[in-house]
Amino acid sequence: MIAYLIKRIAIGLVTLAVASAVVFCVLEIVPGDPALLMLGMNAEPEALAALRDEMGLNQPVLLRYVDWVSGMMVGDFGRSYTYSSPVIDLIAERVLVSLPLALMALFLSTAIALPVGIFSAARRGKAADTMVMGAAQVGVAIPNFWFALLLIYLFAVWLRLVPAGGFPGWGAGVWPAVKALIMPAVALALPQAAILARVTRSAMLEVLGEDYIRTARAKGMPRRIVLWHHALRNALIPVLTILGLQFAFLLAGTIIIENVFYLPGLGRLVFQAITQRDLIVVEGVMMLLVATVVLVNILVDIGYAIVDPRLRTRR
Amino acid sequence: MSMDPTIPGAPPERGFLRLALANRSFLIGCAITLAVAGLALLSFFWTPYDITHLTVADRLKGLSTNHPLGTDHLGRDILSMIMIGARNSIAVAIVAVLIGMGIGVPLGAWAAARGGLVDEVLMRFNDLVFAFPALLSAIMITAIFGPGALNAIIAIGIFNVPVFARVARAGALSIWPREFILAARAAGKSRTLITIEHILPNITALLLVQGTIQFALGILAEAGLSYLGLGAQPPMPSWGRMLFEAQTRMIVAPHLALFPGLAIVVTVLGLNLLGDGLRDLLDPRLRRER
Repeated sequence: MIAYLIKRIAIGLVTLAVASAVVFCVLEIVPGDPALLMLGMNAEPEALAALRDEMGLNQPVLLRYVDWVSGMMVGDFGRSYTYSSPVIDLIAERVLVSLPLALMALFLSTAIALPVGIFSAARRGKAADTMVMGAAQVGVAIPNFWFALLLIYLFAVWLRLVPAGGFPGWGAGVWPAVKALIMPAVALALPQAAILARVTRSAMLEVLGEDYIRTARAKGMPRRIVLWHHALRNALIPVLTILGLQFAFLLAGTIIIENVFYLPGLGRLVFQAITQRDLIVVEGVMMLLVATVVLVNILVDIGYAIVDPRLRTRR
Repeated sequence: MSMDPTIPGAPPERGFLRLALANRSFLIGCAITLAVAGLALLSFFWTPYDITHLTVADRLKGLSTNHPLGTDHLGRDILSMIMIGARNSIAVAIVAVLIGMGIGVPLGAWAAARGGLVDEVLMRFNDLVFAFPALLSAIMITAIFGPGALNAIIAIGIFNVPVFARVARAGALSIWPREFILAARAAGKSRTLITIEHILPNITALLLVQGTIQFALGILAEAGLSYLGLGAQPPMPSWGRMLFEAQTRMIVAPHLALFPGLAIVVTVLGLNLLGDGLRDLLDPRLRRER
């Protein structure tokens, strides 16, 4: 297990290294001069040259890459071209919106999907199963930003229960901030819940066909205990895989939802940075997200080992 | 579809139609997909109204017999816009799937055929692409290289590559140990020839099913990109952009946000049902595992 973990972490680090090279190269070939961007079109040539020098833009590409990577390792992501503040500060500020949003959505989607999937599996082939899975089939097809528009119309325009968008900031108190995140979280969570419910159901069905389930039932164990204790634990592996994938998806997927609700999160930051050619911010956010995906994948693997003791010795 | 008769689970050709007609997912999915494709094709020859003709006097009209789905802020007929938008969505998603298949399947089949280092390197590369948040990367690609349908296709297509590579590899790996492959190898056929003659025909079913799934995901991705203004550019209508334009007019004309969204849901639902149905039909073993 330890050897396996070390191998996983090593692969993760290599992935990060290659990813950083890819991100750097892609953004390197994009036309545009960051110094010109900071000073504006009418900048004095001397000032421009001085700034280019100060930003290290005159150095060879390889050196700038090494500088960028070694900076990130100690938490220095460089300075934004348009905000003139450190990228790490911008990210830290925006993570406080995106991370709670993604976590709320993940929690909601799990809280809906697990019971629904288990319920459906337990009633396989019955009317309730058909209906629930039909609804899930539709849910998978709903784009989250359209669902968000429907929610805005229903709860903000029509019922006037919540604001249609915007974020008051955590300084305005926990409840107003959470309230602003509820609708976006629901919009993100529901289509994801539909996917997760389908995965949970099929994983449960597979486990419910196993011999030890029949044995447990045959020795008189109540149906509910068999379902929740014996079956669920073993069905969790595919569910965990999807959960891991979904977290990364949710964190990046907030980009459209944040634009729908005008939330000042990572997604909006990176979207604005792209349109303003503030590439150093784009690079930083991309690397942060790739690192999150890599980390979550390792955590999911550790999760496998916790759920399934057989995996601790194998591999 | 040519199926090798030695593969257990391959449907007998004769019973296929009967099975297909009994499969509800397949039938409904097929009907929806054909209907959407039909509307898109029809839009090349006829739409209820000419959408390049703006009638501002008719703007933001609700549902009526003249305009069954109403009109937008420029007085354009929503039904006509949705029909032409279908064309855009389908084209982007299909070409993105073809890119993914065209590059991913040979790579996956190659990895399975060679094994060893080639396999290891290709699959690590695959994992690398998977580590990039697909939607965000697609947004980055379209935003940097310029918004438009072509860049949207490329951006979505790139992320289809590792998906098809993985499916093709897994499928091919399950075929390689079979006796008839051994026989082909004993007959002195090269790995490339075996892959083309025996492996690929036997993983067509898998690829077809994955194709419909990626097609559906492509439609969703295209809608997301064009909602952000990064997909097809005006005057070419797209479902995502229609939703974006509807958002600011939601108080006066909520129907604007309803129909393009429904078009996306129905299309994606149809493709997903078709995919599920195909999977059941083409490979009964997969059905049992569900």
